[in-house]
Amino acid sequence: MNILVVLAVAAVFALLRFRRANLLVWAGAWWVGLYVIFRFGFSAPIPSSVVSLYMGIVSIAILAYVSSSEERREEVSRPLVRFMTETRYAALLGATVVAIPALAAANVYVQMNVPLEPPLFPRTVHPASPTEITVHDKKIDLDAGENPYLELAISHPEEFRKHVENGRRVYYQNCVFCHGDNMTANGMFVHGLDPIPTNFADQGAISILRDTYLFWRISKGGPGLPEEAAPWDTAMPAWEKFLKEEEIWDAILFLYDFTGQKPRAKEEVHTQ
Amino acid sequence: MNRKLLFVLGPVTGLVMFGAVVLIATFLTNREYKEPYRAPAAIVDATPRAAGLTDEKAAADATNRAKPYVEVEYRAFPVVGSRVAIWAVAQLHLLFAAFVLAVPIFAVLIEAIGYKTGDRRYDRLAHEFTKLLSVSFSLTATFGAALTFMLIILYPKFTNYMMSVFSPTFLPYVGLFFAEAFFLYTYYYGWGKFHPLVHLFLGIGLNVVGTSIMLIANAWLTFMMSPNGISDGGALISTWDAIYNFTWMPINVHRFIANVAFGGSVAAAYAAFKFLHATTDEERAHYDWMGYIGNFVAIIAFLPLPFAGYWLAKEIYAYSQTLGLTMMGGAFSWLFIIQAVLIGNLFLGANYYLWLGMGRVEGARSVQRFIKYLLIAIAVCFMVWATPRSIIATVAEIRAMGGSSHPILGFLGVMSAKNTAVNILILTTFMSFLLYRRTGKTATVSWAKAGHAAQLLIFASAAIIVISLGIYGYFVEASVRIGLSVPQVSSVLFAMVAITTIDVFLFRRPRMTGDVRWGRMPAVSQYVLIFIAVTFTWLMGLMGYVRSGLRQHWHVYGVIRDTSPDAFTPTLGFATQVVSLTVLLFFVLIGFVFWLASLHDLPDYDPVHSPHSPLLAADGHKAERSS
Repeated sequence: MNILVVLAVAAVFALLRFRRANLLVWAGAWWVGLYVIFRFGFSAPIPSSVVSLYMGIVSIAILAYVSSSEERREEVSRPLVRFMTETRYAALLGATVVAIPALAAANVYVQMNVPLEPPLFPRTVHPASPTEITVHDKKIDLDAGENPYLELAISHPEEFRKHVENGRRVYYQNCVFCHGDNMTANGMFVHGLDPIPTNFADQGAISILRDTYLFWRISKGGPGLPEEAAPWDTAMPAWEKFLKEEEIWDAILFLYDFTGQKPRAKEEVHTQ
Repeated sequence: MNRKLLFVLGPVTGLVMFGAVVLIATFLTNREYKEPYRAPAAIVDATPRAAGLTDEKAAADATNRAKPYVEVEYRAFPVVGSRVAIWAVAQLHLLFAAFVLAVPIFAVLIEAIGYKTGDRRYDRLAHEFTKLLSVSFSLTATFGAALTFMLIILYPKFTNYMMSVFSPTFLPYVGLFFAEAFFLYTYYYGWGKFHPLVHLFLGIGLNVVGTSIMLIANAWLTFMMSPNGISDGGALISTWDAIYNFTWMPINVHRFIANVAFGGSVAAAYAAFKFLHATTDEERAHYDWMGYIGNFVAIIAFLPLPFAGYWLAKEIYAYSQTLGLTMMGGAFSWLFIIQAVLIGNLFLGANYYLWLGMGRVEGARSVQRFIKYLLIAIAVCFMVWATPRSIIATVAEIRAMGGSSHPILGFLGVMSAKNTAVNILILTTFMSFLLYRRTGKTATVSWAKAGHAAQLLIFASAAIIVISLGIYGYFVEASVRIGLSVPQVSSVLFAMVAITTIDVFLFRRPRMTGDVRWGRMPAVSQYVLIFIAVTFTWLMGLMGYVRSGLRQHWHVYGVIRDTSPDAFTPTLGFATQVVSLTVLLFFVLIGFVFWLASLHDLPDYDPVHSPHSPLLAADGHKAERSS
């Protein structure tokens, strides 16, 4: 968080409290204050699509509040009515009438002056997998199957560690260049990629997926993505061309082991 | 005129007329169709071309006679295509069916309250709700028939397959439909004509039959998504297993609750429509009360709905990872952001209506001061729920964030945060209702202070449990995290039941500090009721599309593949346009139903007192002259 921005907004609110500001002023202050926090209050900036979403909610909430009782409706509408009907505000009213389209025009000008960028796409990060794939002439059931070496963690822990270590070797020989040393998507090639690779350390990434899903993504890569996910929109190679099936499963074991996460368990369908 | 001239003009005119007739006859005769000159037949028949034509015709006739019968897989619907046509008709059928199934549920309950308390207002209210049913029932049946015919015409092969699997269910369905018509019309037309208990029995019969119809129809559609009871090749093994497939029960529960919420909201919209048209304070008071009851029904049913939806989604994921991922992570995941925005608006709208309703009671200011805290909780939960996991962002924004998910907001995009937000939203809405309920009342029991403290403690405990489990969910594996939703929901439900129980005893004989002034509501409150009904309908259309579209290129998932030209998933924009148009059509038709229902209240046509009556007009003139 940018503490200075948050403190500045808090100071304005404190001043309004001290001056016992009208509800209309408070409504405006909340709207502007929250916009400033969303726009400038975070050290990693919030994308404009989310800011728009949040400000939509804030706008509805403020409107709901100022009209939620007769007194509040009265308190908000009174200064507005006075502003629009009393002659002493005529010049200011005229200026406001001119300022509204001028602000709209200024907004258009600002919007048109942004640097050229590729258009926004709502990217599907976890596209749906097929139910079955074929890797090295072997059919893998993605719905019913699971990592064949996972159960070794309980039955043969030493054997399991060997697979994890093999996975470590596979990772550092092949994956590290994009996914990075600590799996946070900061490998040396990452600056040339759009979109950047998956951050495995993120709690919302591999922990919500089953290991068969990872097997599909690793073995088939970008070329194996369905159309909904835009197959051209990733640089992930189809690793089945370079790795054996066992190596892919071992790499998956290592991903979960290194990040301290567990794959999503196969769920039991209700008994009938 | 000169007689001599007449003598001359008479024959001249006759000659001119005769000439004109001859001219016209000649003209017409010349225009008559005449066979053109042709050479004698013997010469023409001898040409090779004529022989060739004769042979061709004979060959075509022979080919036509030998043509085998081939079953058509698909037929095309003009202009919009088969998929959009079926989509719109099925959605309209479903919306009217939901309304027809829902209204009797709460109409019977309200009637029973009226019978038990002896308060005639409840009986009148239940009757008024029931008035909306008969035309809606006809429209449901009409759309149902249209849907059946369109399925047979446009998707004959698929329909044939469904008939083969579910053949034992169709005749009972028709029988139940007759039974529903019997109960519905006897219930409606028999209002006040039977003993109240007999009438209540008719209402219960209507509900039982209506729900049974829904259960059968649900078996068909859930089988399409999670087929069961068939061989690998699709041959039927067990009809019961096909009915009781993996998603049948979750859909039954979800639809039953959603129908009540939807029906309540549409009935409240009807009351709002009548309120806005009301001309007397008495009418306004009645329709204000009716809108309140309709909205109350909608919100009470709406509160457990997210849990039922969560269970359904969990079962879909359990049945097939592919379906689950398509829904929550794949092509349909963006629709869940729209869903979050719609549900957030529904919660906000429902709370806002309750807050406005506090104004009906004198001395509501002491309660209204809590609105800001409730609003902050709702707005924050709304934001959390609507935060997408993978954010739409420019390349520069993604680089600035360090990935496709924001380092802070990314935590809000996963289920732990969403579950927590929805549970707190439900708790907050419940608190709004509780505050509304106690507006203008003061508890007089000796343990009032302890009671309030206990309520606050339960509420705070439930909130702490929900938030703590939500945070804990970030540190455990997915299956454990999904399981945490059960204690979260249980604590919210426990809090709601416990606080309500305490509240009932706490306000048993309260000191009234202000009267409820029914009808004293700003017009904006009525538009909120209409907004809630439209949002519910839109939400049903949208989520219905998600459930149905999940199968993607399958009619019956994994069994009957869709090979029609429509075997692709439409863009989200197109889908929302179809849903919007269907919702618009529904409201045009339900507006027609409202209008028909309101005709019942109008006085009979009276030619004497009609404003257009000549008698009244004459009286009016007399009155003007005398004045």
